[in-house]
Order: sequence, then C-alpha cells, then structure tokens
Amino acid sequence: MQNNWLILTLVGEDRPGIVANVTRVLFAVGAELGEAAMMRLGNQFAIMMMVRSAGSPEDVIGLLESTRMAFDLKLHVDETDATLHQAREPDVLVTVHGADRTGIVAEVTAALVESGFNILDLRSDVGGTMAAPIYIMQIEGEARQGIDAIETAIAALGAKGLSVRITPLDTVRG
Amino acid sequence: MALLDIITYPDERLKTGCEPVETFDLALQSFIDHLIETCTQGPGAVGIAAPQVGILQRICIVDATRARRPVDNHGHLVLINPEITSWDGFAVGREGCLSVPDYTGKVIRAEKIELKAQDRFGAPCTFTMTGFEARIAQHEVDHLDGILFLDRLVSRHADLQRRTPA
Repeated sequence: MQNNWLILTLVGEDRPGIVANVTRVLFAVGAELGEAAMMRLGNQFAIMMMVRSAGSPEDVIGLLESTRMAFDLKLHVDETDATLHQAREPDVLVTVHGADRTGIVAEVTAALVESGFNILDLRSDVGGTMAAPIYIMQIEGEARQGIDAIETAIAALGAKGLSVRITPLDTVRG
Repeated sequence: MALLDIITYPDERLKTGCEPVETFDLALQSFIDHLIETCTQGPGAVGIAAPQVGILQRICIVDATRARRPVDNHGHLVLINPEITSWDGFAVGREGCLSVPDYTGKVIRAEKIELKAQDRFGAPCTFTMTGFEARIAQHEVDHLDGILFLDRLVSRHADLQRRTPA
C-alpha cells in the first residue's frame, strides 16, 4: 500500500482553533502526523506538516474542505519521499540585524553558501516601527568548511549596514 | 570490555530518582569501567549516568575532554553521589542524550557551578565548573534525579549564548 508522507501547507488569517480543527479531522480518519512547523507570519498563521495514512493528496484536500472553508485557509498538499529520523545537528548560529531594506536575506545567504554553510533553520522578524523597521534573522546550520570560512565570507556585510554574529554551537550529549 | 545496553525514553527508570552509593567495592569498580566504555562508544557522548544503563545509583561520568572544540575542563571525571552546591549565571545551550536518540533541543543551565562528589574510591572531591563542562554535569546530575533534558526544554528560537564575549 502506498503510504508516503504528504507535506501539507495551510495558511490563513491567524485565529484560535485552526490547529485543533485541522488535526481533529486528520485524527478522525486515523492519519499520522510527523514533524511540523507552525508559526504566525505577519497576521497569518502558517502550517507545514508531514501527514500520512490519510489517503492521497486529493483525499486530504477533500477531508479538510469544511475546515478550509470555515477558516478561509489556503491549502496545499504535496506527495513527497520525506522520511523521519533524519534530524541534523546545527553547529553554528548566525544572527543578523540591521535597518530593514531589500536584499538582506539574499546578501547574507549568498555569503553563507559561498562559505559552505548549509541552512537547517531560519527565522526572521521585522521589528521596530512602520516608519523605521528593523530586520532580525536567526539562522542555524552546518558550517561544512569551518567557522573561519564563514567569518571571512560575512566580513564585508558590516559595510552594508548589517550586524552579523557567528556563534559556534556545541551540543552536550550525555 | 562489554558495552552496557542504553535504555531509552520513555523507559520509567529514566524518570526515577537514584539511590546513593554506599559501598565502594570491586563490583562498583567493574561497573564504572563498563560505564566509561559505554560512554566512550556512545556517538558524540560527553557524559553518561548509571540510570541510562538501568542502574539506579548515583554514579555518572563527565568528560568535557571529548567536546568537539576545546573547553575548560577537569579531565575525565567519575562522579559518585554528586551534588551541586551552588549555581551562578545562566545560558541557553543545545543538548542531546544517548537515551533520547535523534533529537536535540535547547536548555537553560547555570554557567558556573560548584559540585561536590566522591571519586570512584569514595574520596570526597569538589569542583568549580564553567560553561560546557558545567552543562554536562548538570545534565548528568539531572539523570540521577530522574530528570531528562526534555523536561527542561525552552523555545526552539531562544538565542544561544556566546561562549566567549564579543
């Protein structure tokens, strides 16, 4: 029986009950949930979630139709070859902040990829005020060519008005 | 040297407080040797506690010499009946556990601790530990009290403290 993990993405205006409703419907048909990331982006709530044993992508879209209508959600389901137990451990945290402008993510990530950095997790926020917004980004990943390569690659970003900090992450495993 | 089997979450023994060691006999020495070997063979392990191999006694290994980057340390330590007597400062750091495979998470620990214990022959000893080594010791002493790092997780997005000042 075909039982690959589907990846479901759902986006809609943030309000209480979205997660409870979506997962109740899936649980009721015996679906399994895998890893998920859910967060508020702007005033929207976004869900990315691994789901299986709920049928085909079309079946899942059908199951969630009433929830989608009730919460005015955008729903997308993809068939994937995702598997669990593939966690990777970040060894570097990159923290970036500066006055908001276009190009920050492109410039920082271009420098990072150049230095062999692999992004595992990226979160960014726009803070400050409407008149003077600031951009704050935290990236965790793997320094595949070492920390020095990253330090060198990001050195030029200071001249572009960005504060970039590199923190090595050591995991205590005991 | 035989490797001991590591028990994994949600085994109830990992949630059980351990009894103090009172007899420092040959059986204890042999168990400690096996525990050290099991820690050494554990992928990336910098410590281990007796309950992780199903022995509910206050025995643990703390070995910051095995950190990926060099850190301040007191060498390879066997701690019997360890007790943390003071805590100072705090930092967020990443932890994993031989008993919780395939997951790491962020935990707040004291930056600096004072710890008293006995060595493997029962002689009293004290240590002032900082940073990475202090984190290992807190993780292992937690095991002896039936506490896992899972019980202390903080936000995935908590910033991690720099180990050296900017």
